[in-house]
Amino acid sequence: MYQLIVFLPLIGFLIAGLAGEGIGARACEIVTTSLLAVSAALSWIAFFSIGAGHDQEALIVPVANWLTSGKLAVAWSLRVDALTAVMLVVVGTVSFLVHLYSIGYMAEDPGRPRFFAFLSLFTFAMLTLVTADNLVQMFFGWEGVGLASYLLIGFWYERPSANAAAIKAFVVNRVGDFGFALGLFLVFRLTGSVGFEQIFAAAPGLAGKTIHIWGGDHDALTLACLLLFMGAMGKSAQFLLHTWLPDAMEGPTPVSALIHAATMVTAGVFMVARLSPLFELSPTALGVVTVVGATTAFFAATVGLVQNDIKRVIAYSTCSQLGYMFVGLGVGGYSLGIFHLFTHAFFKALLFLAAGSVIQAMHHEQDMRAMGGLRKQIPFTFWMMMIGTLALTGVGLPFTSIGFAGYVSKDAIVEAAYASHGIGSTFAFVCVVLAAGLTSFYSWRLVFMTFFGQRGDWAGSLPAPAHGAGAHGHGHGDDRPAQESPPVMLIPLAALALGATVAGVAFRSWFVGAGYEGFWKHALYLAPDNKLLEQMESVPWLVSLAPTLMMLGGLLVALYMYVVDRSAPKILADSAPRLYRFLLNKWYFDELYDFLFVRPAFRLGRLLWKGGDGFLIDGFGPDGISARVLDVTRGAVRLQSGYIYHYAFAMLIGVAIFATWYLFGGIR
Amino acid sequence: MAISLVHYLGLAAILFTIGVAGIVLNHKNIIVIMMSIELILLAVTINLAAFSCQTGDLTGQVFALFVLTVAAAESAIGLAILVAFYRNRGSIAVEDINALKG
Repeated sequence: MYQLIVFLPLIGFLIAGLAGEGIGARACEIVTTSLLAVSAALSWIAFFSIGAGHDQEALIVPVANWLTSGKLAVAWSLRVDALTAVMLVVVGTVSFLVHLYSIGYMAEDPGRPRFFAFLSLFTFAMLTLVTADNLVQMFFGWEGVGLASYLLIGFWYERPSANAAAIKAFVVNRVGDFGFALGLFLVFRLTGSVGFEQIFAAAPGLAGKTIHIWGGDHDALTLACLLLFMGAMGKSAQFLLHTWLPDAMEGPTPVSALIHAATMVTAGVFMVARLSPLFELSPTALGVVTVVGATTAFFAATVGLVQNDIKRVIAYSTCSQLGYMFVGLGVGGYSLGIFHLFTHAFFKALLFLAAGSVIQAMHHEQDMRAMGGLRKQIPFTFWMMMIGTLALTGVGLPFTSIGFAGYVSKDAIVEAAYASHGIGSTFAFVCVVLAAGLTSFYSWRLVFMTFFGQRGDWAGSLPAPAHGAGAHGHGHGDDRPAQESPPVMLIPLAALALGATVAGVAFRSWFVGAGYEGFWKHALYLAPDNKLLEQMESVPWLVSLAPTLMMLGGLLVALYMYVVDRSAPKILADSAPRLYRFLLNKWYFDELYDFLFVRPAFRLGRLLWKGGDGFLIDGFGPDGISARVLDVTRGAVRLQSGYIYHYAFAMLIGVAIFATWYLFGGIR
Repeated sequence: MAISLVHYLGLAAILFTIGVAGIVLNHKNIIVIMMSIELILLAVTINLAAFSCQTGDLTGQVFALFVLTVAAAESAIGLAILVAFYRNRGSIAVEDINALKG
């Protein structure tokens, strides 16, 4: 059964990828989507049989031997425990729904066989990642999803911006993967194995062990964890390595929902949770995870406040929510991070797919300033978006665990950040509480700008070129009335909305509550002195209430600025132009990286090209020698004029030289 | 003023130089080149005869006769080649003769 879950998408990929042109687009859609449906159904069966069923800790399903070289033995095998089961459900479900949705969304695209093949390839790679039983297999999946992400971001390859975004995503991820690879090597060096069982068994013995590098002794375990976390930062778009995620929105919207919201970007969270036995032994590494996560949560939320592209707002929101997950992991509540990952997958995929439905309805317009008043025209999408927003902002009954999915998981993280005594947890608490307010503001801003008021309400703030003639006062773009999407796109929305509504309440007890032991068994490791889940229950009432208060505050401010007094946003932006531009330009990270890395890299490249290749190799290397030989022969050829008197003259000169030589030689 | 060896040698040198100059500077006619070769040979012949008189050794004059004979034969062959060449190429201008070119 588990082999089927993982390999059915691969079969779908092979059929659609190799025979796609032969069997036609419609057949590709049906094949890949139905295979994914089977895979998703089996995932749910696995989830319930692992979570609620038998008491086996981890099921190891061997597939094949991969390679054996000296001490290094790598096997293909599937490790299925509670953590994997959660990920299987998330990946299988969202991937199936996105396949289904894409049938409607991509209906007019000629490249559909390719699109569905790539989607299935991605799903296969992601499933390999989450079922990995050793670090090398995980790395295979890790790179596989990176490849699929690259291919899908650049799916519309005739757009230069899509190609640039795809390359950017690939390159930034390489930075993180470099860290992952180094961490992998270090772990192998320390434990002599790459299998999880052996690593976890050896981990306690490594505490306090040091490694000599760069003229100093460092704690080996901390170093390994930090290197591995660097990989997680790249994949999960954390602060400093986040720049690729907003640009990745160049890809088709279903891709954004599947890869850049629900599944691939959470691979970093999964990896840290999977390696909890290592991270739990290194408080320093956990502190770094906390601080980076908290910074990302706050930073991305501030940028989200002022973006105007509907997909970019949600992209920064994703970035911010990933920060929450890492805060959950970093303070020692691995199940909290995974719980938020689980609920986030539903409501963020819902938001993205609903945004896709809006974009479709607006005839491929993505700028929110050109929208407005869509509530009446596309009511179903509006309500789905509302559910997604309620879940993202965390609406629920205070002091209970009844509420939308985001409420349950996010508030648990806030409480854990307060209750924890780990490094940076106070900073993290402040950041995530503030970010909760910002999240609420930008989410409601999106809803109000898109669905309320009138079309063209915000057109005045559009940049001049996009405004077109400007005089007719409709804003730019298409004035055709918005249309509701076909049912094949609305059914996935409804399914995800169900998840976004009930996933928090239904599974809370399993993930973080009373059913913790029974569900996780020993998939997540907690140090004996980690009593976070008990401490969370006894935080002050104000802390429990803080996210809800912040959420209401954000809602009220957004309501005032975007519904009641519509001149407020402009006045606010004009009163602090520098801050506004700072946020609008995403803290100038792209410019900073351009200055620090991109341009020096170009300069170095040009130096090596002109100086190294052009001057040295072509001037003095093999090419240079052959060029000199050619030069000489060209001269020699010119000497051979063929005229008799030239030869005679040359002879004469020769004779003269010999004669002179003899004469003067004779004198001497 | 008696004509001494130096005069003979001077005349031979002048002839030789004219001959060489005729070969090198002449760009018009191949017959001029043949005539120049004759001049060079004559210069050599004069040298041989002059030294023969000077040293009283007859071998030089014998050689001079041989050279005249060879020069006549050479001219005959050269002119014959020239005629054949003209028939083939339709021109005996030096500028047109560069088939040796690489």
